[in-house]
Amino acid sequence: MKRYLPFVIVAGIALATLGSGALLYHAKRPQLRAIPESTTAPGKSDTESMHVRGNPDAPVTMEEFADFQCPPCGNFAGFAEELLKEYDSRLRIVFRNFPLPVHEHAHEAAMAAEAAGLQGRFWEMHDVLYREQAAWSKAPNARELFESYAGTIGLNLDQFKTDVDSEQVRAKVDSDHALGDFLGVKLTPTLFINHQPVEPKDKNPAGVRAAINAALAEKPKSDADLSAPVNQANQNQTNASK
Amino acid sequence: MTVSRFRTILFTVTALVSLVGLADATYLTVQAFTGETLSCGGSPDCFRVLGSSYARVGGVPVALFGAVAYFSVFAFATFAAFEYARARTFLILTIGAMFLATLWFLYVQHFVLHAYCRYCLFSAAITFLLAGLVIALPSSQEQ
Repeated sequence: MKRYLPFVIVAGIALATLGSGALLYHAKRPQLRAIPESTTAPGKSDTESMHVRGNPDAPVTMEEFADFQCPPCGNFAGFAEELLKEYDSRLRIVFRNFPLPVHEHAHEAAMAAEAAGLQGRFWEMHDVLYREQAAWSKAPNARELFESYAGTIGLNLDQFKTDVDSEQVRAKVDSDHALGDFLGVKLTPTLFINHQPVEPKDKNPAGVRAAINAALAEKPKSDADLSAPVNQANQNQTNASK
Repeated sequence: MTVSRFRTILFTVTALVSLVGLADATYLTVQAFTGETLSCGGSPDCFRVLGSSYARVGGVPVALFGAVAYFSVFAFATFAAFEYARARTFLILTIGAMFLATLWFLYVQHFVLHAYCRYCLFSAAITFLLAGLVIALPSSQEQ
């Protein structure tokens, strides 16, 4: 018996490791909900305050919950530019603020971007915030840098300074964050393509392209099919508010 | 206490310590496979390390290699405790390789990434402890 005992022990530990790894993998996978269609459909109220890049009537919508101080979000922003060129009129990108508490200046950066948005320059500020991420992330007073960026992209500086602390801007950032919380967003960037969450392991160029291509292929049967998960999400939202 | 008994105790302790490293490496492997390390949301320094290009070799998370290494240490230490002749040699070679890999990862964290992941530091501490345990092993000639 003693001869076989080490084999039994080693095999037992191997099985226990594989089993606990599988359980942990299942537990750590984010449980994301589909985005309710009403939050992105053209013509709906929220559309006016959404930040959309690309063809507004594109068949595929990629929504990104992002944090301006998150380096992977910065990397993803460059890739998103490539996607817009690649898919041209077939893709639009919607940006949602999801500043994480672990990033010191992330909320302030989101406010700066939204304040720029009030003057019609959201995407210009979005681009400069990501381009200069390394500089302002470590700055003791990021606000000064945000104001200099506002000047660079041609904003009315006095207006920007007023807007950046306004309730309207705070409410927009908070509303995006609340939507993210409702959908189960925990990490950034988190992507949704045509309302459906993209698995974190697919957040790479090949995975995102595959998801967009799949959405393009599915689009002809779009509205009826998309409404199913949306209705479920709306139902969940209703239940949650009860 | 006889040398043989002391050796068995050291092999047993080595096996138990390697299990702690195995748990740490398994956790990091799972994080890598869920794609969590390619995002922000946890400790920024940790994610800077685990999301860097140094955290993968040929697309495979280095944490997976770590898990395999810790499991090998556990297996070799267990067999050595049961007095399987070659297990001790494999154990020393595996821990030696892990020690060198740990020095490399500490160098990368300190000089290249300027960030430390606490799970990686914990793994480094476990490897150093394992190295200390095999150094303390009496030679195979001693009885």
